Amino acid sequence: MNAAKNKQDTYYESIIKNGFSRRDFMTFTAFMAAYMGYETSSIAQIANALKTTPRLPIIWEHYQECTCCSESFIRTDHPIAANIILDKVSLDYTLTLMAASGHQAEAAKKATMEKYKGEYILCVEGSVPLGEEGVFCCIAGKTALEQLKEAAAGAKAIIAWGSCASNGCVQSSKPNPTNATPIHKIITDKPIIRVPGCPPIGEVMAGVIVHVIAFGKLPELDRQGRPKAFYAKRVHDSCYRRPYFDAGLFVEEFDDENAKKGYCLYKVGCKGPVTYNSCGTMKWNNGVSYPIQSGHGCFGCSEDNFWDNGPIYERLTNVPGFGIEANADKVGMVAAGVVAGAAVGHAIASKMSKRKELKERIVSGKDLEKQVE
Amino acid sequence: MSERIVVDPITRIEGHLRIEAEIKDGVIVDAFSSSTMVRGIEEIVKGRDPRDVWAFVQRTCGVCTTVHALTSVRTVEDALGIVIPPNAEMVRNIMEGTLYMHDHVIHFYHLHALDWVDVVSVLSADSAETSRIAQSISNWPKSSVGYFSDVQKRIKRFVDSGQLGIFANGYWGHKQMKLPAEINLLAVAHYLEALEWQKEIVKVHTIFGGKNPHPNYLVGGMACAVNTDDPGGINAERLAYVGQLIQEGKNFVEQVYLPDLMAIASYYKDWGVIGKGFGNYMSYGDFPTNGYNSTDPSSFKFPSGVIKDFDISKIYPVDHKDSTEIVEFVNKSWYEYAGGDGASLHPWDGETSIKYSGSKPPYDHLDVDQKYSFVKTPRWKGQPMEVGPLARVLIGYAHGREEFKEIVDSALSTLDVPVTALFSTLGRTAARGLETQLVANWTVEFYNTLMTNIKNGDQRMANSELRDPATWPKETKGVGYMEAPRGALAHWIVIKDGKTANYQQVVPSTWNASPRDPNGVRSAYEATLIGTPVADPEQPLEIIRTIHSFDPCLACAVHLYDEHGKHISQVQNTTTCNV
Repeated sequence: MNAAKNKQDTYYESIIKNGFSRRDFMTFTAFMAAYMGYETSSIAQIANALKTTPRLPIIWEHYQECTCCSESFIRTDHPIAANIILDKVSLDYTLTLMAASGHQAEAAKKATMEKYKGEYILCVEGSVPLGEEGVFCCIAGKTALEQLKEAAAGAKAIIAWGSCASNGCVQSSKPNPTNATPIHKIITDKPIIRVPGCPPIGEVMAGVIVHVIAFGKLPELDRQGRPKAFYAKRVHDSCYRRPYFDAGLFVEEFDDENAKKGYCLYKVGCKGPVTYNSCGTMKWNNGVSYPIQSGHGCFGCSEDNFWDNGPIYERLTNVPGFGIEANADKVGMVAAGVVAGAAVGHAIASKMSKRKELKERIVSGKDLEKQVE
Repeated sequence: MSERIVVDPITRIEGHLRIEAEIKDGVIVDAFSSSTMVRGIEEIVKGRDPRDVWAFVQRTCGVCTTVHALTSVRTVEDALGIVIPPNAEMVRNIMEGTLYMHDHVIHFYHLHALDWVDVVSVLSADSAETSRIAQSISNWPKSSVGYFSDVQKRIKRFVDSGQLGIFANGYWGHKQMKLPAEINLLAVAHYLEALEWQKEIVKVHTIFGGKNPHPNYLVGGMACAVNTDDPGGINAERLAYVGQLIQEGKNFVEQVYLPDLMAIASYYKDWGVIGKGFGNYMSYGDFPTNGYNSTDPSSFKFPSGVIKDFDISKIYPVDHKDSTEIVEFVNKSWYEYAGGDGASLHPWDGETSIKYSGSKPPYDHLDVDQKYSFVKTPRWKGQPMEVGPLARVLIGYAHGREEFKEIVDSALSTLDVPVTALFSTLGRTAARGLETQLVANWTVEFYNTLMTNIKNGDQRMANSELRDPATWPKETKGVGYMEAPRGALAHWIVIKDGKTANYQQVVPSTWNASPRDPNGVRSAYEATLIGTPVADPEQPLEIIRTIHSFDPCLACAVHLYDEHGKHISQVQNTTTCNV
């Protein structure tokens, strides 16, 4: 093997080689640090890591999916994020973008699996159908299950992109005709980062990759395996319409007077109170908007089993999953249930005076705070 | 003696597609198109609230994200008799128009260009000559010698790194790569620019639909309420943002995409006689200017109709509701019909029962004498149809619409090719670019109409009158259609007791990618591959050129199990995306 070919450029080297300045490089790291919610002091740490870490080989598999995750990934917006695939990582296999087809494509994947055994990151977009021995998804004549097992064996870690790979998404909802199964239920001997959402926000996807290459380790995950940097908060907690919820001011039906004023969408089905994601903080497509800002409730696309969690336009009345949680998440989820219950109370009491409503709201809010504490 | 070659996976598409081709004396003599993935979305939406279905079926495809959502809300609105406000119609048109711009540009640069453009050849380009060429064909500002020289250096360093990433094992140096190095450099520079640009145009979806991919739609209109005097609604700032994004998108289409398309096409005129197919083209029509329910065909920017056997002097009408027109077969698909493999069904009566009977994986070849795909085979009055940009452009031309004639005649004259060159792989790829110009023009019109409506005091965005299931009939059915970027798309729904009783999608790639029918007649992919020369069977570049000219978005099928886990019926769907 040619030694020169084996040498991988570090991120810093590849950025400088590609005609960007050191200043561009620092800007990039600052943006990524800001996006990922790090303290300013960690910018230097990221910069240093990118200077010294070699380009990371990535194999990106596509199973039962719609390619929305790949599409979201290429929407990332920060200084050179659109160039990640050329400058930051070596995306050696992806059905969506790679030049080669057929056996040339499979050969490229095999080469990376052999040459970078134990070093490459396996990204998975899509669920794996386990029904009828896997015949519902075949690539190059092999089942997705077989392809996954082969690719996972030599992977350093796995990133499960989107809800398909993280929780099965739409194809696993009732009656789950193909027995579509998320990755962590199949591969149990590798670290797995779950990045749910349908799709995840582009900058979240970029952020996860940059975390891995900058710090040389996986981001800190919550008990469900999601990066805390992006999934620690409920959409409801970061929603700019939250004050209307607290004040009991709701959209009653789409395009009514309250909708035009931007009131809370809870009564037309918003699942923000039970959804953990960055939509309210980072927003979508470089901060342009997010579903609630554009007048449609959140339907919880980053939560497990969200397709079966009741009709999209029905208000939350109960929240599945109580009683099995045992840590910080419990507080949030229970709080969500309480809040939801309180709001239903609101709706019923809609004839009460606003003053009385607000007073009750404050009381129930205080109760809630106590429970959280 | 013929040789069977297999291309699986076909990359740079959505979904999972496998092509097996017989080659004799360097020419394809037979071909088989197989979709190897299925999810079952149509079965999953059964029993669900019809108002929710758009979100489920939207996940059929994340590339042409929105098309299934739009078709679904039109389907449910048709079933329930809902007429949406004019502003909602215009917002849907604007979102669809920007989708076209995004999708076609992405297809050209990121999914199709690497079939024609040799990335490695860029290393030997004269950047000054590239700059000269760029300035001679376009006013696009990024065209200096220094700019192309920087791109070239970047590619050189990338290649020198030894990690070729997405360019590994490409068809570099293949003798069918005919562009001069300078044009290759131009195309690669714009590959990178288009990657940056595409994330901007989609912000139109984010403003109206909250996110992209997969923006939100609504049965009855759109959820983005207008309020010009409140921060809570679509106001002047949001609308100005949309206007600017449309204009920037149009500029890119006109100054980058179209000049590049013509420049590259001029070196591949030999592909104006390859990939011809059977000559039947179908369009459902789309982009309503006076309401989707309008009965005036001239109010749709894309006219509808069918052309048979290359004869553009006659146009036949299409009726989605006539059970004798659009039907589907499963004789070569991994499903069963109660009436047997020779039977055909209209989608409202769709009966689907999945039954995989293909080779047990891992396999080297499919047994194509038996069933060989998860895609069903649709036919219009018994005929196979090609759908997509070429069909739309031909039908617009056949209708005598001036703007269609203008762009087609101008392109033929620029390339100096006869009109028959349209019926080809080159024609298909060119038609996609030409219609993008039309759609960009129309999108500006839709935006102006929206602004005028709002200025005149109409701020309505949704009609909630019939959203309450209490107002619905006990049983009803509907059909919704559109022209997705990849071609004619329709959904059929049956609603009973407020729930979805049946739902079927016949998507563009169902028409194009399906296996042959009971008469042994091939669908578009298979038919267009016949006669294609293949220089090196080890490097099936010519196959992917023709297949990519359709912009495949492969699909799937859907099936139903009973409560004991046994397949009892299933609805199909396939392709333009994965159902």
